[in-house]
Amino acid sequence: MNVFRFIGFALIVAVTSPALAADKLTIAAAADLKYCFDEIVADFKKTHAGADIDVTYGSSGNFKTQIEQGAPFDLYFSADIEFPRELVRAGFASSDVERYAIGRIVLWSPTLDATKLRLGDLTRSDITKVAIANPQHAPYGKRAEEALRASGVWEKVEPKLVFGENIAQTAQFVQSGNAQVGILAFSLVLSPEMAGKGTYSLIPDNLHKPIEQGFIITKRAAGNMLAKTFADYIGLRTTRQRMASYGFALPVSASGP
Amino acid sequence: MSSILSSGDLAALWLTLELASVVTVLLLLIATPIAWWLARTRSRAKWALAAVVALPLVLPPTVLGFYFLVAMGPYGPIGALTQALGLGLLPFTFSGLVVASVLYSMPFMIQPLQNAFEAIGDRPLEVAATLRAGPLDRFFSVAVPLARPGFIAGAILGFAHTVGEFGVVLMIGGNIPGQTRVASVLVYDHVEAFEYGQAHWISAFLLLFAFAALLGINALKPLRKVD
Repeated sequence: MNVFRFIGFALIVAVTSPALAADKLTIAAAADLKYCFDEIVADFKKTHAGADIDVTYGSSGNFKTQIEQGAPFDLYFSADIEFPRELVRAGFASSDVERYAIGRIVLWSPTLDATKLRLGDLTRSDITKVAIANPQHAPYGKRAEEALRASGVWEKVEPKLVFGENIAQTAQFVQSGNAQVGILAFSLVLSPEMAGKGTYSLIPDNLHKPIEQGFIITKRAAGNMLAKTFADYIGLRTTRQRMASYGFALPVSASGP
Repeated sequence: MSSILSSGDLAALWLTLELASVVTVLLLLIATPIAWWLARTRSRAKWALAAVVALPLVLPPTVLGFYFLVAMGPYGPIGALTQALGLGLLPFTFSGLVVASVLYSMPFMIQPLQNAFEAIGDRPLEVAATLRAGPLDRFFSVAVPLARPGFIAGAILGFAHTVGEFGVVLMIGGNIPGQTRVASVLVYDHVEAFEYGQAHWISAFLLLFAFAALLGINALKPLRKVD
């Protein structure tokens, strides 16, 4: 009996201790945040010495599934606010959903002059491959499909479409020249890695539903003070300005300095 | 959440079988001379070539996918070649998947074949030569029938491995229905879209298929003793 009690105790310690180590933070972030978040996390570390933060970038939908299956993420930043809302309803969150940004989609091309390009031009015969994120599950892909449909060109453009697993892979399809044009996240196009390597034009945001983005603190991070601190940091004016410089619209009034 | 396969699901399964069939036929044509040469030669170049064709066994699929994408793209050497030939670009096309899959599944065809050819030894071929059989006659009348289990094992493994491909397809496929959206990618899409019902059906099909393929390989073993 004592042996079992010991094993049980050891298990409880093993399971709960990551949550107690509060100077460690693991963040799941949508792929459109990649470059913007690298800077935000670097800034955060300057003022929070000793904070150990890992960020994993990927598909928002995939992260939702992983969190439901017990993935060790403390914060979840989704490009589609519906995913964290569902997690809150299903009891996987320890905070309410916070809207942190509204994304924009753009037409981007490394070879064509995309500043003059409109969605209707995608039917042109010299454009043979157009990359969008997979509308089946990627938030930016869903909005791209809506915009193409609203412009009345979906049927003509559909045979030219190639689908990226997430918005970062979609960008890579275009950047490598394998697709001439892509419908990409504004935030990626403004990143140092892509700026200057192509041209873009914003797609009018009345052609699609807003790309509302939201985050939650997960249930496992309920007692993690650093998670709370980082969540507050996202709401600061300086952080919001950093996001705005990456083309994100700011949904709520910023607080603090 | 539907538990019945949609027409898109069936199209993807069909496309997978089509891809694996084309790749298996091409593998038989390309891998047979390479395996024969590897089994018969005394050249030291054998070790280098054997290592090159076995690379896909140990390389991460992402490395292959990355190289394929860059090499087949408009700025890569294969891309330049296919464009000069008027074939366009290979990424995001069925042909592109075929090329990538042939290279990716090559070791699975070559190794059983090479083993089978080596197991024949010199003697049957020498006997055939004394009966005035020419080199081609010796190959088709003696080596091929004797290496039959190797051909069958190689074909099953090459086929099954192509069905099981994921990383390379994800990186160069572009997920186009009827072109590059194969079953393994479809499972991933269904899981990402929370369509577990459909993911279950396709996964179960692939599981049964993989089991049957391996069962087929094992059934070849007693055959060898009879031969």
